[in-house]
Amino acid sequence: MSVLDALRIAIRAIISNRLRSALTLLGLIIGVSSVIALIAVGQGTQKGITEQIQGLGLNLIFVEPSVDAAAGGGGGGALNVLSYGDSQAILANNDPEITDVAAHLQGNGQAIAGTKDVAAEVVFTWSNYAGVVDVEVANGVFIAPAHDEQAQLVAVLGADMADALFDESDPIGQEMRISFFSGQVTIPFTVIGVMAHVGQDGANVVNRQVFVGATGLANRFRQFFYTPDGDIRVTGIAIQTVDNADTERIKTQVEELLLLRHGDAEPRFTVESQDELLEAAGDVARTLSILLGSVAGISLLVGGIGVMNIMLVSVTERTREIGIRRAVGATARDIILQFVTEALALSVIGGVAGIAIGVGVSLLVDGQSFGEEQLTTVIQAWSIFAAFGVAAGIGFLSGIYPAWRATVVDPIAALRNE
Amino acid sequence: MIRLEHLTKIYSTGGTELRALDDVSLEIERGEFLAIMGQSGSGKSTMMNIIGMLDRPTSGTYLLSDQDVSQLDDQARARLRGSAFGFVFQSYSLLPRLSALEQVELPLIYQRTADRRRRAAEALVRVGLADRIRHGPTELSGGQQQRVAIARSLVVNPLVLLADEPTGALDTATGHEIMELLSDLVEHQGLTVILVTHEQEVADYANRTIRMRDGHITEDSGTAPRPGSVPAEDDAVAPIEDMEQATA
Repeated sequence: MSVLDALRIAIRAIISNRLRSALTLLGLIIGVSSVIALIAVGQGTQKGITEQIQGLGLNLIFVEPSVDAAAGGGGGGALNVLSYGDSQAILANNDPEITDVAAHLQGNGQAIAGTKDVAAEVVFTWSNYAGVVDVEVANGVFIAPAHDEQAQLVAVLGADMADALFDESDPIGQEMRISFFSGQVTIPFTVIGVMAHVGQDGANVVNRQVFVGATGLANRFRQFFYTPDGDIRVTGIAIQTVDNADTERIKTQVEELLLLRHGDAEPRFTVESQDELLEAAGDVARTLSILLGSVAGISLLVGGIGVMNIMLVSVTERTREIGIRRAVGATARDIILQFVTEALALSVIGGVAGIAIGVGVSLLVDGQSFGEEQLTTVIQAWSIFAAFGVAAGIGFLSGIYPAWRATVVDPIAALRNE
Repeated sequence: MIRLEHLTKIYSTGGTELRALDDVSLEIERGEFLAIMGQSGSGKSTMMNIIGMLDRPTSGTYLLSDQDVSQLDDQARARLRGSAFGFVFQSYSLLPRLSALEQVELPLIYQRTADRRRRAAEALVRVGLADRIRHGPTELSGGQQQRVAIARSLVVNPLVLLADEPTGALDTATGHEIMELLSDLVEHQGLTVILVTHEQEVADYANRTIRMRDGHITEDSGTAPRPGSVPAEDDAVAPIEDMEQATA
């Protein structure tokens, strides 16, 4: 029997058992498509996080409240750890390898302009933020020293935020409001700039942020922004160093300085370089990818077992057919070829359909928002090959055992088995 | 053409031995129409399965056109079975969903023969089913299904057609039609037919009858060629030479 004949018989058998074939295929399709789609989601997440951290600029060291401090009691949690004074003290240390230090406080609010009302991540900061962290203003200006000195209420919008609030019209000079604490406090701002769009796929959170002048706000809401010592609360300090700086030395000195200022024995903050952040974020994303990939891999395996199951049932049901084929001259090899081809054909059909659906779903969800999170997918060529290869391999393997079972069918007994 | 020498077939199940064939020797010539009769358990089906190479003897020699074929491997047996023998069974043994033409083509698929469609169509014409070529098993009567099975066995131009109770599932009139067809193939086309049956009426169509009991041949009517039977052209050796080349 030629391979072409085997293929013809296989296609025929698949078509004659439409429902059964469809259900078997469904298992494979779900397996293959979920491998491709979930790996694309994992890779997209990793890319988004990496871009975001790299987008902040080079040679940065970040001081942030530790997870314990943020979760801990004492009222305010993360708000009670760092202050603007801390950032000034680091700068005042005159470390030759530190070029600038910027502080910011991050919070959530509702950005409102006209009838538009969108959830926003608000970054309260000072004019020197732009000198430390990479910010590119596409339109207008960033918060300037003059705004700090005059304590003006100004806002710079992320690219997506500007689109969401002002559509096509030019936001510069327009009025907007941000409400905090579920609308208990609403503050008016003047838009002075719009940031350039960061990243290619909208995964970067910067595009949806609003930067507002911290001094203007702090002076109006002292009881919230000021510590009892008269310092301004912040949730993050970014330290910019010279190229090839001794990062470890700077980290140790910053940690010692802040411990001394806070009078704590144990730090309630973390000092991490950009590389460490990237690495940590990469680890998280990799774990996510592995987790998603494993779940998808298991479903692919289950799909493959489905093929084997169907082939075994098929061999049992078709004992008579096998007997007839043997009687008219089919060799054991012919019978194996027939059943392996059938299993392979099922797997290849399932694999191709799975690739189409997996790639389709990945493209469909790319850039879609789910709640406040925007999903990014990056389709990996290797995941397509791997998923298809595994599907075809499983198909082949799941065909072999049933095919062998078919060859040990005694043609005489099979023919009596009416 | 077929020569069985001291064939024994023993089935052992759970310590007990069943001698389905016990030292059987038999010679069958080309162009014979042989009926093997006997009760169930007499060994007649076992003998047919061994002749048709569906089964192997426990001991003894099986010579087909002077070649010992009892020791061939599975592949060679399958090749020879497909080219030298045609089978017709009691229950037609057609595959579901295939048309009559596709049923008849089936042996040719395993022979890798060219011109399959034409040869299958010709075989269907020979059994009088020219107008049923596209019909599936469910659209054919029992007699027509058995004719398709006969066409399928004829399509490879076999040395021997083996028929196991070919009329067992048919009514009397249709059974006679099928037997007439087989007789005609023997008389006018030089085919050799070995028929297994327990009905005397069916066996009467044959020109030689052997009776079996407990694995022995108890009676052999001897050859009595019917008038008008055509002597065979001597192409009998060809398939075996093909087989030997293939397995060499």
